[in-house]
Amino acid sequence: MTERRAENPAGRSSRRTFLKQFAGVTVFVAFGGGLAAQESIDSEKTGRKGLPSDFNAFLNIKADGRVTCFTGKIEMGQGVITSLAQMLADELDVAYEQVDMLMGDTDLCPWDAGTWGSMTTRFFGPPLRTAAVEARAVLLELASEKLAVPSARLAAHEGVIFDRENPQQRVTYGQLAQGRQIERHLTVDAELKDASQFRVMGKPMLRGDSLEKVTGKAKYTADIRLPGMLYAQVLRPPAHGAKLTSVDTSRARAMDGVHVVEDGELVAVLHASPDGASEALGLVQAKFDVPKSAVSKETIHQHLRTFQPKLSVIEQDGDLADGKEAAQHSAETTFQDGYVAHSPMETHAALAKLEDGKLTVWASTQNPFGARDQVAEALGIPAEKVRVITPFVGGAFGGKTNNMQVVEAARLAMALKKTVQVMYSREEEFFFDHFRPAAEIRIASGVDSKGKLTFWDYDVAYAGARGAEHLYAIPNHRVAARPRQWHGPPGSHPFATGAWRAPGNSSNAFARESQVDIMASMAGIDPIQFRLQNLDDPRMVRTLKAVAEQFGWSPAISPARRGLGVACGADAGSYVAMIAQVTVDEESGNTRVDRIVCAQEMGIVINPQGAKIQMEGCIMMGLGYALYEEVEFSGGQVLSTGFHNYHLPRFSHMPKIETHILEANDIPPQGGGEPAIIVVGAAIANAIHDATGARLTRMAMTAERVRAAIGTA
Amino acid sequence: MNKTRIGFILNGNPVHLEIDGDRKLLWALRTELELTGTKYGCGKGQCGACTVLIDDQPVRSCLIGAASVEGKNVTTIEGLAKQEKLHPLQASFMANDALQCGFCTPGMILTAYGLLKSTPNPSREDITRGMDKNLCRCGAHPRIIDAIENASAGTVPAPDQANNHD
Repeated sequence: MTERRAENPAGRSSRRTFLKQFAGVTVFVAFGGGLAAQESIDSEKTGRKGLPSDFNAFLNIKADGRVTCFTGKIEMGQGVITSLAQMLADELDVAYEQVDMLMGDTDLCPWDAGTWGSMTTRFFGPPLRTAAVEARAVLLELASEKLAVPSARLAAHEGVIFDRENPQQRVTYGQLAQGRQIERHLTVDAELKDASQFRVMGKPMLRGDSLEKVTGKAKYTADIRLPGMLYAQVLRPPAHGAKLTSVDTSRARAMDGVHVVEDGELVAVLHASPDGASEALGLVQAKFDVPKSAVSKETIHQHLRTFQPKLSVIEQDGDLADGKEAAQHSAETTFQDGYVAHSPMETHAALAKLEDGKLTVWASTQNPFGARDQVAEALGIPAEKVRVITPFVGGAFGGKTNNMQVVEAARLAMALKKTVQVMYSREEEFFFDHFRPAAEIRIASGVDSKGKLTFWDYDVAYAGARGAEHLYAIPNHRVAARPRQWHGPPGSHPFATGAWRAPGNSSNAFARESQVDIMASMAGIDPIQFRLQNLDDPRMVRTLKAVAEQFGWSPAISPARRGLGVACGADAGSYVAMIAQVTVDEESGNTRVDRIVCAQEMGIVINPQGAKIQMEGCIMMGLGYALYEEVEFSGGQVLSTGFHNYHLPRFSHMPKIETHILEANDIPPQGGGEPAIIVVGAAIANAIHDATGARLTRMAMTAERVRAAIGTA
Repeated sequence: MNKTRIGFILNGNPVHLEIDGDRKLLWALRTELELTGTKYGCGKGQCGACTVLIDDQPVRSCLIGAASVEGKNVTTIEGLAKQEKLHPLQASFMANDALQCGFCTPGMILTAYGLLKSTPNPSREDITRGMDKNLCRCGAHPRIIDAIENASAGTVPAPDQANNHD
């Protein structure tokens, strides 16, 4: 195992100096306007808008043969630090160990929309691989000229090009490139390798960053220490919507070593130690006007209904009335879930340093380029005067995208002309989180005497359309989302909401797969058999059959008192099927998940080890939203403030987990970081029904709710 | 402010610090001593990210006063490897890919260190119980248990073998 560093080039102020350093010799630098000025591939949807077409933007080959991969993507645990290196190594024909990753630095890396949506492998992968293929072809041309051997006779292996007929005739990539920008380009399209030609992709690889992470050397944003830096504590309101009416900072100002910034609504105290800043904040006296609102998790859905968000029909076919006519059994069910927090172990942090009119900000963020633009806008300075560097991110799950702490650090650094760190406390992390929205989904559906779904009328409020598609072959259907995105109308949610791992899909899959189970039970058919006879998507069918086989499923009609539940879903281009086995203590209502088997088809798999780990992580994290996690609040006051009153999954909750990835080398790589989480809630809900006969229609399926459902079953 | 002068052994070396009397060890480690491998996760002893060893016992450094380590042996994650040789738990976490974002990892490893001191041959249930108060959001739990089990049994897979098993 070699160490792969996520380089953290503090102090490198421009692409120019960076190139010189990498070259080790003085070289000319041909481009003037920086990466952003270069010709770009325009594709808004894929987040590739603004990606340069010049392969030099993605990679640099040093004289010693080491290859640096530049990507605007960031590493937050999902493992692209490894899989992107695999892609580059394979297509360029260098050893995996030769690749260094340089990630999330807005001055050095090609523009990127953000690391989310399971898009890194799907949409950044192809242009990165294309850049590597082109670089390799150009290196072969250069070698052909240098060695005076026709290109066709040359072969490349691990960064060395040699004459097949005379292997002593050789030149290394490092000798050819010398760390310089390679001026030549291909005139023909570069072709990506077929899966059968992979040497590095498709191989299970251990994480490339684990040596740093097990030795404490890995730097996260709040770990960076700069001379003279100050730690800030920002005055926070007691509730969302509260207005500051008066503030008295005089006692804090009297404390030794304290700086105070009062800039409109931004009131902060700063000190040379983080705990000193906390102490100073305790001396600030402030009064807030807190709006009266008693909305809580019990009344939230009623509250949200009054906003009547705009309805979009996502898909529609046939005639629902015909379908109702044809149904032998039908049911209408309303499913609900509450707000869920991201709760990464690393709270939001940023460190801003002003030097020669340029602001450098280290930030725990999923979108460094977005953060750069937000800082520039907030300070009224050009984006070129802001550089965002993303060290390791300690978990994000969709929650590190709004960059409030980045802007705060930047504003404070500008105000004081000092280097400033902002790091949220755990309580601030909960308070400012953009929670997964509370959602409500109503489904009416029917099944005929042959066990075929005849109609499906689906209406999702507040979760958005991702995963709302009906998935099954249903002749008469209508799927509507209000609104289409997960953002509610202004003022509807008492606090911020946002993207939470596979946004909306966990809510939609919970509702859909629960309703499908209700239909199966009404039809008196085993839930897997029922799904198979109503599915026509071959990828979904294959995935479901695989999970049934891996589990060792034997057909039975739910509730069969076995505690087994199944769920299917699709997300980010991948298909996933899961079987959960549970034991329910009917007295307490407590659900213990004993075993989870998950099958996933995700096209070509770049790193099977990393993909399995993402599935495991999805399953563990999914236990939380399914069984334990729900934000408590009273109006805009967030009552969940820490791990004592917001319960994350723990070791003792861990089921036996089995993951299976289906080979699908004829399908391009699809998303892997999110799909497996979407089916956890539904599989457990269906397993609880199978165990007890009680149908849970509200997540989180806490002991209290399970007990109540058993009472009315 | 009342400053106290304290001396202790940190990762094998004597250190002296002038600190405020009620200062928590976590902040002294992370700021003055610049040992940032010890993480802030909650500040209330609820997550375990700040775990260090005091006289070989795992302790949550966000709860304990820095003054209380006077004369004691403090080990942080940075001091666990000896002469660049990884502790078997570190090697095992690597070989098992027992981490994702890595933020909880130092606390996990040092908590596991304490567990193996008190229970050298733990069952999987012992490990689950011993680690249950440490939080991981990425869901590395199954592999963390494997890693601790391998480390205790002396069966840490070699990295190249680990790379090729599935």
